[in-house]
Amino acid sequence: MDQFTINLLFVGASFALYIGIAIWARAGSTSEFYAAGRGVHPVTNGMATAADWMSAASFLSMAGLIAFTGYDNSAYLMGWTGGYVLLALLLAPYLRKFGKFTVSEFIGDRFYSPTARLVAVICLIICSVTYVIGQMTGVGVAFGRFLEVDSTTGLLIGAVIVFAYAVFGGMKGVTYTQVAQYVVLILAYTIPAIFISLQLTGNPIPALGLFGSTADGTPLLETLDQIVTELGFNEYTAHNGDTLNMVLFTLSLMIGTAGLPHVIMRFFTVPKVSDARWSAGWALVFIALLYLTAPAVGAMARLNITQQFWPNGTEGAAVSLEQIENDDAYDWMATWQQTGMLGWEDKNGDGLIQYYNENSPAMQERAAAEGWTGNELTNFNNDILVLANPEIANLPAWVIGLIAAGGLAAALSTAAGLLLAISSAVSHDLMKGQLTPNISEKSELMAARVSMAVAIAVATWLGLNPPGFAAQTVALAFGLAASSIFPVLMMGIFSKVNKQGAVAGMLAGLIITLVYIFLHKGWLFIPDTNSFTDADPLFMGIKSTSFGAVGAIINFAVAFTVSKMTKPIPQEISELVESVRIPRGAGAATDH
Amino acid sequence: MADHTHHGSHAREKSGEAYWKANLRIIFVSLIIWALCSFGFGILLRPMLSGIRVGGTDLGFWFAQQGSILVFLVLIFFYAFRMNKLDKEYGVDEE
Repeated sequence: MDQFTINLLFVGASFALYIGIAIWARAGSTSEFYAAGRGVHPVTNGMATAADWMSAASFLSMAGLIAFTGYDNSAYLMGWTGGYVLLALLLAPYLRKFGKFTVSEFIGDRFYSPTARLVAVICLIICSVTYVIGQMTGVGVAFGRFLEVDSTTGLLIGAVIVFAYAVFGGMKGVTYTQVAQYVVLILAYTIPAIFISLQLTGNPIPALGLFGSTADGTPLLETLDQIVTELGFNEYTAHNGDTLNMVLFTLSLMIGTAGLPHVIMRFFTVPKVSDARWSAGWALVFIALLYLTAPAVGAMARLNITQQFWPNGTEGAAVSLEQIENDDAYDWMATWQQTGMLGWEDKNGDGLIQYYNENSPAMQERAAAEGWTGNELTNFNNDILVLANPEIANLPAWVIGLIAAGGLAAALSTAAGLLLAISSAVSHDLMKGQLTPNISEKSELMAARVSMAVAIAVATWLGLNPPGFAAQTVALAFGLAASSIFPVLMMGIFSKVNKQGAVAGMLAGLIITLVYIFLHKGWLFIPDTNSFTDADPLFMGIKSTSFGAVGAIINFAVAFTVSKMTKPIPQEISELVESVRIPRGAGAATDH
Repeated sequence: MADHTHHGSHAREKSGEAYWKANLRIIFVSLIIWALCSFGFGILLRPMLSGIRVGGTDLGFWFAQQGSILVFLVLIFFYAFRMNKLDKEYGVDEE
């Protein structure tokens, strides 16, 4: 059987499974559509949350980001997991006790203000839409590579699948498909990693293999440090960037994670407050399985790739063009060259491909001595690392089919969660909350389905015509969630900040963060409209990607100051805060 | 009778306050450990820990890439366990 047929089998079987689950778990009421009838077991919810949370960015990009930067990008590992501690301790149990359907609904009720709810809805829609574009693009890329259709067709197939199970199943259908998608994606991520860890270190657990030793007895990380520094790159395990940005970036990712509406929403589906606490723990267990493997995947892939380019050691001759063409071990290079994400060029015409850091003075000296005219691995897109990894390590064909299904599972599960957050914001917060409060449950359910269909159409269109800023917008989504949503939720539970404070704080955090990002990345991300760059940022050397944490501090400060100067909250809101803090009575909190 | 209910709600309010204070204490301690193992050992205090070698690198690198995640896991389960006990102690658990 050829590779294409195997890929088709794996992807086709996984899709059939998702559709089957969707038919089995159709949503019949708004409670089932928005919160899966609040009947989801905490472990099941944890698994669904993990699939919901781990997007194309976690599955495809993260290992590559760590592989080519090393220690400094540990910020992603700590940031994207540490947020769950904040969720479990500061938000999830209280929001479950409150017992409504959406994040903005809590903000609107707690701050007794439709304006606050509207501002929250706007933040939520911007966050979710920017995020969903990345997922749709990811679906297109995975299809394009593994099923040999062009990425437009791939994207359309993906959109139809999501439509089928998200629109009909709502939160209930999405929850159970996400459980299946989690199983597919975690197998796809860990199985190749286990093979590679065994090859390199003899340890079947990649997380332990990372700190293990290679065949000759030297620790893996020591070998890696040595080989990359010999080629003029930064030492892998060393701290090369600046500490302030690493701390603020980690913090921004943490509070951004805790503030992302599609993640918070998942905690509305469990039956009890105590279940919300357990569920956050289970979510992190399932996330940690991938996140503890990712740094091993990154380091091992970096070692494999570097050694493939220098088969005779870094002091010997580089790999020859002839070997790349004829040796089976290098087949992956030709495959990925076709996608335009990998490129090489024999600049000095010596028939060899020298891969090194051309900006390092030591390497420039060696290049001059040996007649090299620059780094000849001209293009290596970080995002191909995880997908190409099994091919680089020469793993069997079925592993590659599994990776294809896993990448699609990661992108589709997150897309569905985001679409659900968008549709509930439109049908529940905008329509039922503001425009047509007397809408019947049946019409609201219909409105939720229609708005989700519209959201899928918009996301597909944006995926087909990407505004060219998919990577930057992720920073925007986290920055906004961190600076607007997280602080206001926390103050709603832990303080008695009033409506004026909340609205002023949210707007200050939102606007200042948005402006700071646009000043560095261009207004609406249009190239060349930026006044500053992240290499030389405006304020205290803080990069725009790390600014979410600062935005959050501004939000808190403004909210407390304004709140102090205006009228305190009314008695009934004070009682609402007291009741949210105590688990008793959560069962009685109705859907409405 | 009216007096009695008034007294009952007063007592409940008081126990609610004490429950919240106890909760805040647990959160505070947990967040200190959360920050210490990620921002502390993983980033800011890494130079101080560089003497402790782990698998070809130092303890700070391990905390940044794995240790912090393991600590986060323990923290969340500890908090869930501790709070469920606290809910019962103060009689505010869900029936």
